[in-house]
Amino acid sequence: MIHSLFLVNASGDIFLEKHWKSVVSRSVCDYFFEAQERATEPENVPPVISTPHHYLISVLRHRIYFVAVIQSEVPPLFVIEFLHRVVDTFQDYFGVCTEAAIKDNVVVVYELLEEMLDNGFPLATESNILKELIKPPTILRTMVNTITGSTNVGEQLPTGQLSVVPWRRTGVKYTNNEAYFDVVEEIDAIIDKSGSTITAEIQGVIDACVKLTGMPDLTLSFMNPRLLDDVSFHPCVRFKRWEAERILSFIPPDGNFRLLSYHVSSQNLVAIPVYVKHNITFREGSSQGRFDLTLGPKQTMGKAVEAVLVSSQLPRGVLNANLNPSQGTYTFDPVTKLLTWDVGKINPQKLPSLKGTMSLQAGASKPDENPTINIQLKIQQMAISGLKVNRLDMYGEKYKPFKGIKYMTKAGKFQVRT
Amino acid sequence: MLDSNKDALKLEAMKRIVAMIARGKNASDLFPAVVKNVACKNIEVKKLVYVYLVRYAEEQQDLALLSISTFQRGLKDPNQLIRASALRVLSSIRVTIIVPIMMLAIKEAASDMSPYVRKTAAHAIPKLYSLDPEQKDQLIEVIEKLLADKTTLVAGSVVMAFEEVCPERIDLIHKNYRKLCNLLIDVEEWGQVVIINMLTRYARTQFLNPNINDEDEEKEKQAEVSALAKRKPYVMDPDHRLLLRNTKPLLQSRNAAVVMAVAQLYFHLAPKAEVGVIAKALVRLLRSHSEVQFVVLQNVATMTIKRRGMFEPYLKSFYIRSTDPTQIKILKLEVLTNLANETNISTILREFQTYIKSMDKDFVAATIQAIGRCATNIGEVRDTCLNGLVQLLSNRDELVVAESVVVIKKLLQMQPEKHSDIIKHMAKLTDNIQVPMARASILWLIGEYCEHVPKIAPDVLRKMAKSFTNEEDIVKLQIINLAAKLYLTNSKQTKLLTQYVLNLAKYDQNYDIRDRARFIRQLIVPTEKSGALSKYAKKLFLALKPAPVLESPFKDRDHFQLGSLSHLLNAKAGGYQELPDWPESAPDPSVRNVEVKESVRAVGTVTYRDTGAPRAQQTEGSRGCSFPRAVFNSCGPARVCPVNTFPTNRHSSAPPLILISASSEPDTGSGSESVSVSVESGSPSDSEESEESSESDEDEEEEEKEKKKKKKEIKARSKPDVSFQTIAPSSALKNYELLHRITGEGLSVEYCFSRQAFSPDANMVAVQMHFTNNATSDTKNLHIEDVKLQSGMRVKEFAEIELLPAGEATTAVMGVDFCDSTQAANFQLCTHTRKFFVSIQPPVGELMRPVFLTENEFKKEQSQLMGMNEISENLTLDAKCRNEHAIVQRVTTAANLSRVPCGSDKECRFAGKTVTSGSLVLATVATKDEGAAQLTVNCEKMVIGTMLVKDLLLALTQ
Repeated sequence: MIHSLFLVNASGDIFLEKHWKSVVSRSVCDYFFEAQERATEPENVPPVISTPHHYLISVLRHRIYFVAVIQSEVPPLFVIEFLHRVVDTFQDYFGVCTEAAIKDNVVVVYELLEEMLDNGFPLATESNILKELIKPPTILRTMVNTITGSTNVGEQLPTGQLSVVPWRRTGVKYTNNEAYFDVVEEIDAIIDKSGSTITAEIQGVIDACVKLTGMPDLTLSFMNPRLLDDVSFHPCVRFKRWEAERILSFIPPDGNFRLLSYHVSSQNLVAIPVYVKHNITFREGSSQGRFDLTLGPKQTMGKAVEAVLVSSQLPRGVLNANLNPSQGTYTFDPVTKLLTWDVGKINPQKLPSLKGTMSLQAGASKPDENPTINIQLKIQQMAISGLKVNRLDMYGEKYKPFKGIKYMTKAGKFQVRT
Repeated sequence: MLDSNKDALKLEAMKRIVAMIARGKNASDLFPAVVKNVACKNIEVKKLVYVYLVRYAEEQQDLALLSISTFQRGLKDPNQLIRASALRVLSSIRVTIIVPIMMLAIKEAASDMSPYVRKTAAHAIPKLYSLDPEQKDQLIEVIEKLLADKTTLVAGSVVMAFEEVCPERIDLIHKNYRKLCNLLIDVEEWGQVVIINMLTRYARTQFLNPNINDEDEEKEKQAEVSALAKRKPYVMDPDHRLLLRNTKPLLQSRNAAVVMAVAQLYFHLAPKAEVGVIAKALVRLLRSHSEVQFVVLQNVATMTIKRRGMFEPYLKSFYIRSTDPTQIKILKLEVLTNLANETNISTILREFQTYIKSMDKDFVAATIQAIGRCATNIGEVRDTCLNGLVQLLSNRDELVVAESVVVIKKLLQMQPEKHSDIIKHMAKLTDNIQVPMARASILWLIGEYCEHVPKIAPDVLRKMAKSFTNEEDIVKLQIINLAAKLYLTNSKQTKLLTQYVLNLAKYDQNYDIRDRARFIRQLIVPTEKSGALSKYAKKLFLALKPAPVLESPFKDRDHFQLGSLSHLLNAKAGGYQELPDWPESAPDPSVRNVEVKESVRAVGTVTYRDTGAPRAQQTEGSRGCSFPRAVFNSCGPARVCPVNTFPTNRHSSAPPLILISASSEPDTGSGSESVSVSVESGSPSDSEESEESSESDEDEEEEEKEKKKKKKEIKARSKPDVSFQTIAPSSALKNYELLHRITGEGLSVEYCFSRQAFSPDANMVAVQMHFTNNATSDTKNLHIEDVKLQSGMRVKEFAEIELLPAGEATTAVMGVDFCDSTQAANFQLCTHTRKFFVSIQPPVGELMRPVFLTENEFKKEQSQLMGMNEISENLTLDAKCRNEHAIVQRVTTAANLSRVPCGSDKECRFAGKTVTSGSLVLATVATKDEGAAQLTVNCEKMVIGTMLVKDLLLALTQ
C-alpha cells in the first residue's frame, strides 16, 4: 500500500517526509517536479505519475502537494481518499493546514501519521479516535505543557477502537447538551448567454455539531424526504431505516461531522436566485471594450441575497479595466486578468451594476473568447430545494438536549456564460 | 538530554530528533542513545522512540536487537492495547534475525482473545512476508485461521494480508465467503475496499457470467448456429446474488474509494440490467476533489464505451465549467464524446461550440478533436461538423487552426469525393489565412486530392509560386509537395510552374528546402540518369493514405479491473492481479457451505456493532441464504420457558396497574415461583374485571407451566450427566464456553443464562457458571479479579471457590448488570496459580425478563410504542416451525419473554421487560399462509428492539 509520504510546498521544497516501510529516497520526487513544471497551472499536475520503480499519487490542498509513493497495484482512489482524510485531520487539529502549521506541529503530525497508517494500510482515521490517542494542540495546552512538562499524548489508552461504535468514544460528558444541524445547499448551474439555464443541480450537505452526553440515539426526519435523489451517509447512519422509512437514525460521533450529503435531481426545476444582465463587447480596431453588468434577484422566496461576489477571468488581451460599481468594490489584477467585484447584499429596489470600459493592448485584434462570470452568493434561512427537517428525537438518554437547525443556500459552481 | 532522568528533557530531545527525521536529515548517529529509552515509562517518549526505531532499525540491526526484549515483554501484557502496540512495532522493525520471534508473536496474537490484537496480527503478516518470503507457508496457515474470524475489526486487515501474501489461494475464501459478504457493511471503510476488490476476483472464478445469454445473442448475429447450442437458461447462484445485494448499500458510502470499488464490482459482475444503479453514485463523486474526479472520470470514460446508456441521463453533469482544471475538462470531453448519439448530438455540439471559445487553448484543441470524433461516429452530423470546423480555420490561434485542419483532413480522408466543395473552400481560404500551419495543411490537402479539384489546384499553385519567397518554411515545403504532386497528375498545366517553384527553392536560405527541391527534382523530372525511381514517383507520392481512425483512447481499457492503478495508467502495475474470465461452467457451489457449529463459543468472537448501530442489513442478508451468521442461533436443545419471575413493580404509565409479588414455590424448589396478583387501579370497576381476567389468564399460565415443567423434567432426566443441583433449568439452557479445557490448563468453564432472578440485585442478569476441573491436580481459590466493564455496567462476583478437586465439577452464580447492552463483561478468572482473561457476552434475548400481560394490556402498551419504537419484518417460517407450539418454543428459546394470551390463533404474542431499565419489550408473530409471517417488536429501546428482531428472525427461519 502506501510506502511513503512527502509534503511539497508551492515553491517545490520537500518539507516533510514519512516512511512506513523501507525508506524511499526523496529523489523519487524529481519525477513529480518534472510533471509540475510541465503543467502550466498548479492543479494540472496529473494525480497519478508513473516512474520506473514507483507510482506517485498526489493531491493538492491548500497549496501543498501531498505526494504518496506506491510500489504496487492499489486502487488510486483509495490513496487519494486517504490523503484527503489526512488533510482533513490536520485541518481539524491545527485549524488550518498550512506549511507553517505543519512545521510548528511536526511532532503531532508525525504521531498522527504513525497512528493513521500501519505498514501503509489505514488504521485509525476517525477523528474521534485520533483525538483520544493524540490530543490536539491548543494554546492553553501548549502553555500548560511547557510549565508542567505533561504531554499531549493521551494518558489513557483509548477504548474507541475496541468499542462497538467505532466513531464515538465512551464516557462523553457535557453540562450543556446541544445538537446543531446546518442544512447547506449549493446550486451548481450553467446559465447561457441568453439567460436560460443549461444545467442546474442542487447539492446539499447536513453538517452537524453534536455535543451530547452518553450514548444518544438520534433520529432526524424530513418533511419531504422524497426530494433527496442521491445521498451518501456518515457511517453512523443506519441505512436500512433510511431505505424503509426515509428517516435518519444514528448514534452521532462526538463533535463536528458531516452527517449526510445529498443531491437534488436535475429533473426537478431548480430555482435560480439571481439573474445577470451583461454586455461585454470588444470593438474591432479600437483598443477599447465595453463592460456592463447588472445583477438582480430572481427566485429568492422573499429572502435577501447576501455576500454576492462576482468574478470573471477577462481575456488575455485586456490591459486594464476602468469600471464604476453602483455598490461594493471591484478589483482587477492586470497579471492574472482576474476581475472580482464584491457586491455585498442585493437591494431589489436599486440593482447593483458595474459599468465601464476596458482598455486593450494597442494594435492587438479583438479577443475572440468570451469571459465566463462566476457568482458566489448566500441566502440565509432557506434551503432552495425546499427541504425541511421535520423533527429530531433522542433516545437512549434521559436529559433534554437543546436542538437547533439552520438553513443556508449558497452558490456552488454557478457560472454565467457570455 | 536523552541520558537525563527527567522525562520532560527526554521528551524535548526526542521531539527534536523526530523533527530531524521529518525533514529528512540523518539522525542515525543517535541510535544507541535513543534505544536505551525504549523502556521509558512516559508514553509519549515511548511513542517517539518507536517512531525512531522503526525508521532506523534496518540500518543498525545489531543495536536494534537490544530493544526486542522490551517488546516481547509487551506481548504478554494484560492490556490488549499494549500487546497490540508491541506487536506492531516488533513487526515493523525490519531485522532479519528476529523473523522467528516475529513468527511466534504473530501466531500467538492470531489466537489472542482481543480482536484488536488479532487485527494487529493480520497487519503484521505482510510485514513479515516482505521481510522473509520463505515464511509463506506458515503465514498462510495464520491467514487461514484469521479468515475464519467473525469480527468486523479483523476482516478487512486479514483480507489485505491475504491479497499481499497469497492472492492465488482462492480456496481459502470458500468457507468464509458468505461471512465476508454479510460482515461487509460493518467493516471499516478501508477494509471494505480491499474486501470488495478481492470478492470481485473471487466471483469471477466461481460464478457464471450473468450476461452470457445476452452475449450469445450478440454472437448469434454473427454465427447463429454455435450460439443456439450453447444457450442455457441462466440461473444466478444465490451466493452471487448475496454479494451484489450486500454491496449495494455501500454505494451510499461517503468514501469515494468504497463507492468506486462497488461500482467496479457491479460493472464486472452484475447482469446488464442492474449495472445502471452505479451511475448515480459515480456522478455524485464528480462533486468531490479534483483528484477524485480525475480518477472517476477515467473509469466513467471506460464504462461509457461499453455501456453508454447507463450515463446518458446524466449527460448534463459532464458539462464543463471554465473553472475546471484542464485535465478534468479533457476527460469530461471524452465522456461527452462517448455519450454522443443521434438524439443528443445537437445539444452536445451546441455545448462544444461554447467550449471552442474558451481561453484554455489545450482544451479548445481537444474539443476540436472531440467534434471530429462525433462526426466520424454519427454520420448525420458530419457535414455540420465539417462546416463548423472550416469556420474555425479563420481562428487566430495557431493551435486551434492546426487542430481543425488536422481534424478536417482526417474527416475528408474518409470520403474525399463528397467533399470537393470543402476542399475548394479551403483553397479559397489560402488568401486569408495567415497561420503557416494551416496554410501548409491546406496545401497538403489540395495536393492529396488534386484529382477532385482539377481546376483549382493549378491556380493555387500559381498563387503560391507568386508568394513563395515570403512564405514560412513549412508552407514552402508543402508548396514543393503540391507542385510535385500536380506535376505527376497534370504535368501539362503545371510543368512550368513546378520548374519555377523548384528553381526558387533551389536558392532558398533554408537547407531543408534546398534539399527537398533537389530530391524532388531528381525524382519526378525524368532525366537520363534517374532510372528506376522516377517510374515509381507517382506511387510514392500519390499512394492511398489510410484514413486515420478516430477512436477513444479508453477503448479496450476495460480488460483491466476498473478502479485499479493499472487501469488508470493503461499499463500493468506491479502486483496487479488479472481479472479472470468467467468460467465455462460453475464450480461446485457447495464448497461455500459452512457446517453449523453445535457448541457455541462466546469468547468475544462476535462484536455486535449493531448494539450501537443496528444497521440492520444483516437480517436482510441472512434471509436469502442459509448462512448462520449469529452464533446465538436456535439449533440448541429446545428450552422451556419458565413463566416464573414476575416483576415486582411496573411503570405506572398505564392503569390498571398490577402489583405482582412473588414467593417461592415449595414443590420445585428450584426458583420457580408462584404468583399472587393484586390490582391497584384508579377506577374500581375496572379493577374487578382486570383482576378476573388476569387471574384466569394466570390459571392458564399455571397449567401451561405445569405441563412445561413436566417436559422439563423429562428433558433433564434424559441428560443425567448435567448436574442441576442448584438450579434446575440449566439443562435446557444453552451453554456457552467461557474457558476451554486446553487454554484453561485443565480447568474448563461453561456458563449459561439461567433466567432466574438474581436475588442480591434485581437489575442483574444471573449467569450460572459451571466449573469442571479436568486436570490432575486440584485447583484452589477460584475467584474473579480485574473486572473491566463499559460505563454503567456492574458485576456481582460469585463467592470464591476455595477448592475444586481434580476431576470434580461445581457451579456458581454471578450477577451482571449489562445496562441493557450486549457489551461483553471482561474479567480475569483467577486460580491460585494462573489468571485467565475471559468475557461474557449476553445475547440480547437474555437481557430481559418475562412480564405477564393480558391481551388488552398488551394492545394498550403496543399502541403506545408505535412509530419509531416499532420494528417489523416479514419472514418465511422454517418448515419445522409452522405450528404455534414450535413458534412459541423458538421465540422463548431465543429471548427470555413470556407468552401473552391471545384470542386469535394466527398470532403469538410475547412480553418482557429489560432487566436494567425495565423498558417493555413486546413481540408479535403473526402467521399467514404458507409459512409467511410477520414479526413485530415494540420496544422503547430501539437498539434492543432491532437486535431482538434479528435474533428472533434467525430463530424462526432456521
